[in-house]
Amino acid sequence: MNRPKHTEFTFPTHIDDYPTGPQYKAGYLPETNAGWRTFRPVVDHDACVYCLRCYLLCPDGTIIKDSGQIKIDMDYCKGCGVCAHECPKDAIEMVKEQL
Amino acid sequence: MKTNKIFISGDEAVAQGVRLSRPHVIAAYPITPQTITVERLSEMVEAGEMDGEYMHVESEHSAISATMGASAVGARTFTASSSQGLLYMAEGLHYCSGGRWPVVMMNANRSVALPWSIYGDQRDSLSLLDCGWIQVYVEDAQEALDMIIQAYKIAEHKDVLTPMMVNLDGFILTHTYELVEIPEQKMVDEFLPPFQTPNKMSFEEPKNLGFSSKPDDNTEFKYQQNEAMFKAVDVIREVDQEFAEKFGRKYHDMVEEYRCEDADVVLVALGSVCGTVRVVVDKMRAAGKKVGLLKIRYMRPFPEAEVKDLAQRVQAIGVIDKDISFGYEGTVYTNVNSAISKIDKYVFKSNFVGGLGGRDITKAEIEDMFNHLLDGIEKKSEEKVEFFSLNVETND
Amino acid sequence: MTNLVDIPKVNAKNMTEKEFFYGHKACAGCGGSVAVRLALKVLGERTYTALPAGCMSAVGFIYPQMAFNTNAIITTFPGAASMASGIAAGAKALGQKDVKTVVFAGDGGTADIGFQALSGMIDRNDDVLYICYDNEAYMNTGIQKSGLTPYGTKTTTTPAGKNIPGTVTHKKNLFEIIAAHDIAYAATASIGYPQDFLNKVNKAKHTKGATFIHVYASCPTGWGTPTETSIEIAKDAVDCGLIFLAEFEDGEYKLNRNPKEFASVKDYLKKQGRFKHMTDEDIQCVIENRDRKWARMRKQWL
Ligand SMILES: Cc1ncc(C[n+]2csc(CCOP(=O)(O)OP(=O)(O)O)c2C)c(N)n1
Ligand code: SF4
Ligand SMILES: [Mg+2]
Repeated sequence: MNRPKHTEFTFPTHIDDYPTGPQYKAGYLPETNAGWRTFRPVVDHDACVYCLRCYLLCPDGTIIKDSGQIKIDMDYCKGCGVCAHECPKDAIEMVKEQL
Repeated sequence: MKTNKIFISGDEAVAQGVRLSRPHVIAAYPITPQTITVERLSEMVEAGEMDGEYMHVESEHSAISATMGASAVGARTFTASSSQGLLYMAEGLHYCSGGRWPVVMMNANRSVALPWSIYGDQRDSLSLLDCGWIQVYVEDAQEALDMIIQAYKIAEHKDVLTPMMVNLDGFILTHTYELVEIPEQKMVDEFLPPFQTPNKMSFEEPKNLGFSSKPDDNTEFKYQQNEAMFKAVDVIREVDQEFAEKFGRKYHDMVEEYRCEDADVVLVALGSVCGTVRVVVDKMRAAGKKVGLLKIRYMRPFPEAEVKDLAQRVQAIGVIDKDISFGYEGTVYTNVNSAISKIDKYVFKSNFVGGLGGRDITKAEIEDMFNHLLDGIEKKSEEKVEFFSLNVETND
Repeated sequence: MTNLVDIPKVNAKNMTEKEFFYGHKACAGCGGSVAVRLALKVLGERTYTALPAGCMSAVGFIYPQMAFNTNAIITTFPGAASMASGIAAGAKALGQKDVKTVVFAGDGGTADIGFQALSGMIDRNDDVLYICYDNEAYMNTGIQKSGLTPYGTKTTTTPAGKNIPGTVTHKKNLFEIIAAHDIAYAATASIGYPQDFLNKVNKAKHTKGATFIHVYASCPTGWGTPTETSIEIAKDAVDCGLIFLAEFEDGEYKLNRNPKEFASVKDYLKKQGRFKHMTDEDIQCVIENRDRKWARMRKQWL
């Protein structure tokens, strides 16, 4: 799995449900970060030249490059806007989230 | 059984115990009176008698950090310190027990500055009772060696996974030469299995360790730690029993009672002073006085059941503290007194504070303590802390 | 010594699609998380990651949300380098092959409280890559001054007012202090020059023993900059000469960028809330310090 996926967490009900000491599975994500966004990146695939600058610089690693066309994991995008700001072709636009 | 006795100091006995336990990583920083241990270990590594990595860390904080790091990938580890060094580790001591990394350490009990003193008392480790480590106090070099080996088995037990500190009195034990039986490597290997823990990073099962917890979960992690400490009591018994069967030396688990069966009064003590108390007990017994010694071996977990049981049987209990919690009383006394308060019986109690900064505790002083307790049986009054060996008059 | 041409270059196109720092709670646009994410993608799966108290540990391990998708551990604040040394020693003693231990520590965790342990780690030449992500203050505790906070910066412990112009000291010369240990490889970098950073991490990865990278990593929250400009501002810092890109290898210093002309320091400073209060005189002081430093570097390193 390239990116850990959002996983439901069962809250411990017995003391033995806790790990022995502070240790847990690497890459375990019971929460998403989508709720942080006020703007969402929208990609214009015609303008995108697949240079991958956005992929390189996303602080959250949410840009996916494996299919020849960039995709964004909207569960974990925080809407910082680095991708749009850094895109040399202005192919990404930050659009206000509708609540 | 074939014996192999050599004449070595307490520090060297510890080094032998460590060698036999085959730690993967040793990280320690020199401080008197612990230094001989780390020097011997370095020599053993140099001579190829040990395979472990010896890390020349630049401080005690780094010594404990490094051992935690190694433990966190599943390595068996050892560190050693004393006094100022132990206090410099304090952050790491809590971190280590919270992380459930069963690091084993030797602490050479030494006074804490200021004023500077390189000599012994127990204010260093006793001031760190709450840091979540199992604390054992030994009485001689043989016990020091044996307890290092036992310590790994106790600390690494799956129900325990808690670091352990083996305390020996600075100079009195660390630098005194005694005949010590060195167990055979093969037998130690049979007794002490390789270290295994679920609490480690590995490439088969990658983990995130040392995380933060919200208020929702923090208490549960602390509860667990406390539970593990209580479970250690049973493990200590099992391990001591197994050790006795294998090596022929038994250390009486949490405490050792010496001539307490029909005693009227008992002195409670830790570490090397117990040897002196035994001599005084024998002498006073010969004179018909019903006195005994309770040697507390483990301060954490605390031998509450054993103290209560003894208190049911005697009239007066005195506690010798080579420490003082300023503004109150000796820490050992506070602990003992708390256990006694849980039984429905009045016991006369006294707290004797002394032996600070390396001052000897003499047989005469111990005899005075026993007599004081024998007098107390009638008096039925509790007393405040007594500094028993002041050389000058005070304003009291 | 490691020759960069021999190491397959890692870039956006060929780097692993696997993410090792994911789902973390860093502020939107956090530059530190760019540094951590990229470095881990170069280092790959067989890596032990150690992080002292600081933003990158605080945002990565909030039980049960575990954002490191590889082995990772939080260390004490002063003990990152020593815990990493212990990890490396433990891995070696257990016979583990082909592993790297990496530290990501903040400027405070590196240049101040963790310095002793770091010095020991380099002195012993333990097999650890130590990466200091420099956001120029103690951010996790709410933007206090560290030894790497630059002149003029307003922080919560260096307030700017009539009597004090914010921070009154210049940044410690961390890179040269590290190099003075005769370390096998040390470098400075900036997330504003990501390919350069990737190359340096890659070089360190292939260097046995202690290595060090000081990477400039913006913090929109502490710097008072818009979240989308985090990369741009980290590039500006290099272009105006306040941050330099260099390496120390085989006992030699190397300036990777030596521009004929610097971009405007004032423009760089005025983009950020933390420098807003600075007078022309304060800015002059910053420029003079920069010029002194560059004159010396050019004289000694070229
Ligand atoms: C011994 C100790 N002292 C102080 C702290 C509080 N503390 C935690 S993180 C931190 C600041 C971290 O600053 P830096 O290393 O620059 O990392 P950043 O948060 O900026 O990423 C401080 C002061 C601590 N955890 N431990
Ligand atoms: S405060 Fe700064 S360094 Fe910390 S997570 Fe936020 S942006 Fe990153
Ligand atoms: Mg910082």
